[in-house]
Amino acid sequence: MSASIPAGATATAQSRTDAPLLEVDGLTVHLPVEGAQRDVLRDVSFGIRAGEALGLVGESGSGKSMTARAIDRLLPDGAEVEGAIRFEGRDVGTLAGADLRAFRGRVAMIFQDPRAHVNPVRRIGDFMTEALRTNLGVPTSTAERRAVHMLAQVGIDDGERRLRQYPHELSGGLLQRVMIAAALLTEPRLLLADEPTTALDVTTQAEVMAILHDLRREFDLAMLFITHDLELAAAVCDRTVVMYAGQIVEVRSSALLHGDPLHPYTAALAAARPDIGQTSRRLRAIPGRPLSAFEAPPGECAFAPRCPHVVDECRAGVPDIVELDGGRSRCVRARELRGRLGVSSDG
Amino acid sequence: MAEAAPVLEVSGLRKEFGELVAVDDVSFRVPAAGSLAIVGESGSGKTTVAKMIVGLERPTAGTIVACGNDRSKPARSTSDRRRRGGEVQIVFQDPYSSLDPRQTVEATLDEILRMHHGWPKDRRRQRVLELTELVGLDARQTRALPRGLSGGQRQRVAIARALAAEPRVLILDESVAALDVSIQAQVLNLLADIRDETSVSFVLISHDLAVVRQLAEETIVMWRGRVVERGATSRVLDEPQDDYTKQLRASVPRPGWKPQRRLVAAADEEG
Repeated sequence: MSASIPAGATATAQSRTDAPLLEVDGLTVHLPVEGAQRDVLRDVSFGIRAGEALGLVGESGSGKSMTARAIDRLLPDGAEVEGAIRFEGRDVGTLAGADLRAFRGRVAMIFQDPRAHVNPVRRIGDFMTEALRTNLGVPTSTAERRAVHMLAQVGIDDGERRLRQYPHELSGGLLQRVMIAAALLTEPRLLLADEPTTALDVTTQAEVMAILHDLRREFDLAMLFITHDLELAAAVCDRTVVMYAGQIVEVRSSALLHGDPLHPYTAALAAARPDIGQTSRRLRAIPGRPLSAFEAPPGECAFAPRCPHVVDECRAGVPDIVELDGGRSRCVRARELRGRLGVSSDG
Repeated sequence: MAEAAPVLEVSGLRKEFGELVAVDDVSFRVPAAGSLAIVGESGSGKTTVAKMIVGLERPTAGTIVACGNDRSKPARSTSDRRRRGGEVQIVFQDPYSSLDPRQTVEATLDEILRMHHGWPKDRRRQRVLELTELVGLDARQTRALPRGLSGGQRQRVAIARALAAEPRVLILDESVAALDVSIQAQVLNLLADIRDETSVSFVLISHDLAVVRQLAEETIVMWRGRVVERGATSRVLDEPQDDYTKQLRASVPRPGWKPQRRLVAAADEEG
């Protein structure tokens, strides 16, 4: 079936080397709001290796969803983009026409609200097989057979019946499984998952995460997992990127994120969440509210106004992101605060 | 523990929608200054219970008694409705849709105080100040319209408005679920302060077990309309007995988490 994948096919061998599958390099995005161009993303750089699960965590306005949209070339009209996004070594920004459609088959996306992304009057089968039929020229019967097979992979056994149903006939959890199956039909190498379980019940979330975990292994699929939930990202991703006000503030191995964070914002975010294991007398709330990129005070650390570790130096300029202990941190005091930011789970 | 007289007592509550039994024989009591969480997922019936308590749905069977007054039947008069409003108030998930977009925070609170207590202007102004201070809104925010406020600030307004009626019971229906983590912590601290500083009782409707642990002493777990487990929150979360409660607890992400996959029973998940 790999013969049906034109663009990027030349780079398949590359994914076995150390070169990242996806490289985001200095991504800066401005969007027109009320006549002015406003910052949305500022100098965002990260890579995802083949088969890797990377978490992208942030609060409202952090730019996490906009990052995924920029990668999949789904930014609103009028967006100005600087920097580069390379997938399998190719510059995504220059893709057009058939190349862009083929790219979207290789980089699939699933969303928080599947109902907002399906046409309610089209049957599941019609929707699921569309990309195969129209972009890759697969005959309808073959496409449907593959759809039924993929539905079985996400735990839906009666696929043939489901293909004839309409979206409103399925629960949210079931529809999200259908979306995952549809996304995987074009054999993508990377899945952009934008809060795919936020609207689901926790038991359903656990199932969807288990399905994603199994499928990623089976298809050697990389994933950018976007969420507001630091605990969820840390539990299911290899590494986690934390964003604030349109910038990356920390990149860290997920296993170390809670106990040994490198940036005061990550530490504050972890400490602010209530603990299911015990009642705290008071939560360590972060004062103020999360800022969007355009609201951030210019020429200083965006988190400085809310940071418990702020010093004059934080206001002297936007901090560079520095390599530290296998991760990265955008904090001028990162080295000095090293090892002192962790949340002790029994404290 | 000696049981204080309940301010809210729900007995044998049942709600049918056509053939669907949304709530089936639900009973619980909440003492003065107590806090009870109703935990469950979509379709568990937890929100229907809340709606029946505040009079937005009428029970098919069962009784709801708040402050000694039966409220199982619709209010008969304006004064009856007002009295009920003084007994139980509710704060919803989405603060934006529950506030009047044309009314400033000040005017919203003033109106409730006038309606519920009939106080003169000076006393109302004083109380508006106290309430906005309690929930952490400054003078500018107090004069603002809802659209001029952030989500967290609007939720503070909704809490202040609910408290303005001086209810004995405050129902929090997923009231912090839509908030950013850093704001959620602020609002949870505010609610803990209110619980500790007033004698108001909380009924917390939530799917978030960590929030439940933080705010509620007692917990009932609902599944498909029924109460499947009840007890002290710490016991229910640390040593769940019922299979569904165990599954719920195991579904919470944590380090080293291995999410469980079960096959969908086809009939189980129809939308």
